[in-house]
Amino acid sequence: MIEVENLTKHFGPKFAVNDLSFTVKPGEVLGFLGPNGAGKSTTMRMITGFITPSSGDAKICGHSILDEPFLAKEKIGYLPESAPLYNDMTVIGFLKFCADVRNLVGSAKTEAVDRAIETCFLNAVAHQSIDTLSKGYRHRTCLAQALLHDPEVLILDEPTDGLDPNQKHEVRQLIKRLGTTKSILFSTHILEEVDASCTRAVIVDRGKIVADGTPEELKKQSATGSLHDLFRTLTTLDTAHATA
Amino acid sequence: MKHIWTILKRELVSYFTQPTAYAIILIFLLISLTFNFTFGSFILAGDANLEWSFLFWHPWLYMLLAPAVGMRLWSDEQRNGTLELLGTFPIPPWSTIIGKYLAAALVWLIALVLTFPIIITVNYLGDPDNGRIVSGYLGSYLTCCVFLAITMLVSACTRDQVVCLIVSVAICTLMVLCGYEAFIRELARFRFDFLVEALTSLGVWDHFRSLSRGMFRYQDMVWFFSIIFTCLFGTSAILSAKRA
Repeated sequence: MIEVENLTKHFGPKFAVNDLSFTVKPGEVLGFLGPNGAGKSTTMRMITGFITPSSGDAKICGHSILDEPFLAKEKIGYLPESAPLYNDMTVIGFLKFCADVRNLVGSAKTEAVDRAIETCFLNAVAHQSIDTLSKGYRHRTCLAQALLHDPEVLILDEPTDGLDPNQKHEVRQLIKRLGTTKSILFSTHILEEVDASCTRAVIVDRGKIVADGTPEELKKQSATGSLHDLFRTLTTLDTAHATA
Repeated sequence: MKHIWTILKRELVSYFTQPTAYAIILIFLLISLTFNFTFGSFILAGDANLEWSFLFWHPWLYMLLAPAVGMRLWSDEQRNGTLELLGTFPIPPWSTIIGKYLAAALVWLIALVLTFPIIITVNYLGDPDNGRIVSGYLGSYLTCCVFLAITMLVSACTRDQVVCLIVSVAICTLMVLCGYEAFIRELARFRFDFLVEALTSLGVWDHFRSLSRGMFRYQDMVWFFSIIFTCLFGTSAILSAKRA
């Protein structure tokens, strides 16, 4: 369960995220759509406790990320946008380190690492050094890290970015499968993914929510019945600021 | 406590899976022992306490080599984006700071322990005061720890390892030079008594020398540990400021 309450972040006078509120219930997959610079990553970084909000709060399974950060962070699996990894480690070494961080010990640790490797199809590269991996494998290693402790909440920042079509398909199926029991928030540019894996989607533009609903509801809002057209009418173009 | 160990273990693995630690330890051993037998006139002087022939060179080497060990501590995390992983893991920032610092300090402890043949040599050739040698080594190690703490503080400020290296070397060099006898003697000629006293107690030598003479003074311990803790607090402050 993710409850975002009036989350705001401004850098100087510029609002990156402006009074954002939404909830994601267990069994729900919320697609977080919006153009570049709309505040998607900033929102996710605030929910996961990486950056402190200017005002507002986010609750993870009832624990405020500001007041009880450790309890909240334990419930979250997070895939950051750039899929950062320790390049000097092997895949399995990195996952074991993450298991240590998550307080998994003994057989629980081995099982968690094995399961994550299997779920993310990392068997072939498990003992390879991370700096030799291709982008797809790097991304999946970071995803494995997020799934490792079987968290109740998953926050994925562009989980399919940089993957080939087969891998994209696998990850979408994975999100859909995990979404039956967990609360998932994931951001994307690719509107097809909303149909493929989301139960609900919100469109954000310049830090504010401009549309919220199931994929069908959103399509009805558009005159032509396509998400693409809705997206284009609701969000501002980069060039619009220049001409205005 | 457990998290400190998790972080420490990861950092150590990273030091020793890459050539960094080996190279620095090897260079330190080579240069310190070469200086001992050449400029230090170890054989001619017949100084079995190692004060002038061997330990004297350590601060000069540390001011160049300690930043090379510490420079990656936070710069690397910021550049690779792994700071975002650390920031969203359910571990207190303090365990990460202490774990990383201890890892770097441990690399130097290993380097210093590996100079043991020289202790065997003086005990074989002469009749040294071993208590004084231990005290001298303690002074040497604490000096190194001070330089590491300074480097850690600088590395929290920048994502560029080279900038971190240059700035930390500059600060450490200043600390070595400002208490150096030749410099202080020049200054004393101008009767700046207050300045002389201030620079002597600010610089490394006064504190390092008293320990290598076998003298244990509380003021030296206060100097070493206050700089170390100030730098660690500073690191924590800078890192949390960056997240706000």
